[in-house]
Amino acid sequence: MDRSFVARNPSVLVFLALLSLFTLVVTVLSEGFGIGVISTSFVKTLGKTLCLCLIAVAMDLVWGFTGILSLGHFAFFGLGGYMIGMWLMYERTRLIVVDAMSQAEIPPTPSEVVDAIGSQIFGVVGSSEFPLVWAFADSLALQLMLVVLVPGLLALVFGWLAFRSRVTGVYLSILTQAMTLALALYLFQNDSGLRGNNGLSGLQNLPGVTAAQDIVSIWFLWASALALGLGYLLAAWIVAGKFGSVIRGIRDNEARVRFLGYSVEVYKLAVFTLTACLAAIAGALYYPQAGIINPEEMAPIASIYLAVWVAIGGRGRLYGAVIGAAFVSLLSTWFTGGQAPDIPLGFYTIKWVDWWQVLLGGSFVLVTLFAPQGIGGLFDLWSNRRHPDRHGANLGPDAGSLREKEATQ
Amino acid sequence: MSTLLEVSGVSVSFDGFRAINNLSFRIGNAELRAVIGPNGAGKTTFMDIITGKTRPDEGRVIWGEKSVSLLRLSEAAIAQMGIGRKFQKPTVFEDQTVQENLLMALKNTRGWLGVLFYHPTATDLQKVDDLATEIGLWQELTRKSGELSHGQKQWLEIGMLLAQEPRLLLVDEPAAGMSPQEREHTTDLLVQAARTRAVVVVEHDMEFVRRLNCKVTVLHEGSVLAEGSLDHVTSNQDVIDVYLGR
Ligand SMILES: Nc1ncnc2c1ncn2[C@@H]1O[C@H](COP(=O)(O)OP(=O)(O)OP(=O)(O)O)[C@@H](O)[C@H]1O
Ligand SMILES: [Mg+2]
Repeated sequence: MDRSFVARNPSVLVFLALLSLFTLVVTVLSEGFGIGVISTSFVKTLGKTLCLCLIAVAMDLVWGFTGILSLGHFAFFGLGGYMIGMWLMYERTRLIVVDAMSQAEIPPTPSEVVDAIGSQIFGVVGSSEFPLVWAFADSLALQLMLVVLVPGLLALVFGWLAFRSRVTGVYLSILTQAMTLALALYLFQNDSGLRGNNGLSGLQNLPGVTAAQDIVSIWFLWASALALGLGYLLAAWIVAGKFGSVIRGIRDNEARVRFLGYSVEVYKLAVFTLTACLAAIAGALYYPQAGIINPEEMAPIASIYLAVWVAIGGRGRLYGAVIGAAFVSLLSTWFTGGQAPDIPLGFYTIKWVDWWQVLLGGSFVLVTLFAPQGIGGLFDLWSNRRHPDRHGANLGPDAGSLREKEATQ
Repeated sequence: MSTLLEVSGVSVSFDGFRAINNLSFRIGNAELRAVIGPNGAGKTTFMDIITGKTRPDEGRVIWGEKSVSLLRLSEAAIAQMGIGRKFQKPTVFEDQTVQENLLMALKNTRGWLGVLFYHPTATDLQKVDDLATEIGLWQELTRKSGELSHGQKQWLEIGMLLAQEPRLLLVDEPAAGMSPQEREHTTDLLVQAARTRAVVVVEHDMEFVRRLNCKVTVLHEGSVLAEGSLDHVTSNQDVIDVYLGR
């Protein structure tokens, strides 16, 4: 990453500056490190939002820049969460078990300890045996590696099969939905080895850490901000160079890219796998802040929401994805958290908890129809960038290609 | 003259319709060839077969000194072997600048890792500048190619083709939408390019073909009807019947 990269992309610096400022302000206002204006639970909401922004950046890379409408990236997000969750749960349970057993007269053997941890963790699904997938759960380093390895490998295999057969457009989207659904259904089973629909819980408690949640929440906020900053920088660097040219070419007209001698499948696979890893990292930071992860999180609808955020924020510009994810998910928290005032109409009262989804769906339709450039497009008004007049023609023949109103001159 | 590309006995059917019928064709290392034929004769399909877009039902396509069969290679691999193609309808990357289009086409590594860490060298940028000057788009380097006129897009695509430095250029109707002067310029470019490589030009415009001053292959209903100098083929009775006499 050379100086000219930053010079050519001043928006990256602006973004990083705003992100740092945001993190600083939240820290100063927090209960743990500051004057206590912002509650710890809201700090967690903000930290989680940063993770959602990171997966939105990944989604923008894969959809906005490469034209692959993946509706499965929340599966990778969830898997990342599960991978870190396994260590958190194992280690915390181990500490509790060891502590409890230390009262006993005869010191417990290692296998007794493991058995006790097993029955603690898997009691809810009527088992006490450690399934094979927990083989490395006692090692933080290994589980951290699995955070990217497991989703990365899944994306690699899935992508290889799908792209090699040249599945594109709607069919690819359906295939990715099928993948998330299959994964969620598998995890729902009690014998999947990941506690079925109970999922993993107590993830907010870091083993061996005595600091209170108001402190820990700020640590996670920092970690999430750092991950988002680095992820954004990486994505911006990728799309700024020739690789970015090639993937935007694939988005708009992949046949043409092939005839230039680029192996389109390999590029798609690289982007798909890389973004799956980014999504997984986001998930691994998200779930310790949420405290719990269960297969519900990987339901197909979650990945669809992700596409909605990116569309509302503005596809094909990284800051658009971040704005969309932050805006919609915070608004959603506000509406579904019961904070939004109900609107009495006399004959009917609009309860936002119920009507929020309708509002979101409606806005999505409106944005897609009338303002495909999304919220990010507002920056074009401000920076005086114009949209080309192409009489409605897209910028390429492919299904995922940039639309007239998404393009700038 | 040694053979660069040899197509022999190739046939393709689409839903029972024989678009290419037992077609044979060969071209040497530094040869210019015009391919003419009425609409639907199979000219574009012929290029699709060579570039790997369409797989023939039968026949052989043999490439280069080592006589590699192109039939089992992907489009990207065929392009990497040195076959460049200009499409009938100009296809450039409309959301990208003229410079980005040319840099993408420029002969360089095509692997994803190499491309990820690629940084244009001074030589590369110079090549792009020279090409842009040659195709008259030097002043448009930083403009998005979607804003160019139809003719300029044709030029850009020709520039991208030259940037690839292919050993064989397949050019489908390059002069469509160009002014007479631009056509002349195109002819010059193609003739010049054919000094060092093989060039196949599909064109409807007889004047254009005449100025190319090269061997002509006439396609009709998916096979070769006649081959030879322009005067030779235009005096062929079959050719007059199916094409010129319409
Ligand atoms: N993918 C396809 N599916 C079905 N038919 C096809 C396909 N591609 C080409 N054809 C048919 O094959 C025949 C040859 O088409 P081709 O495009 O090669 O002709 P052409 O010589 O390039 O004509 P033109 O001068 O109009 O460009 C046409 O009748 C066309 O309809
Ligand atoms: Mg044609």
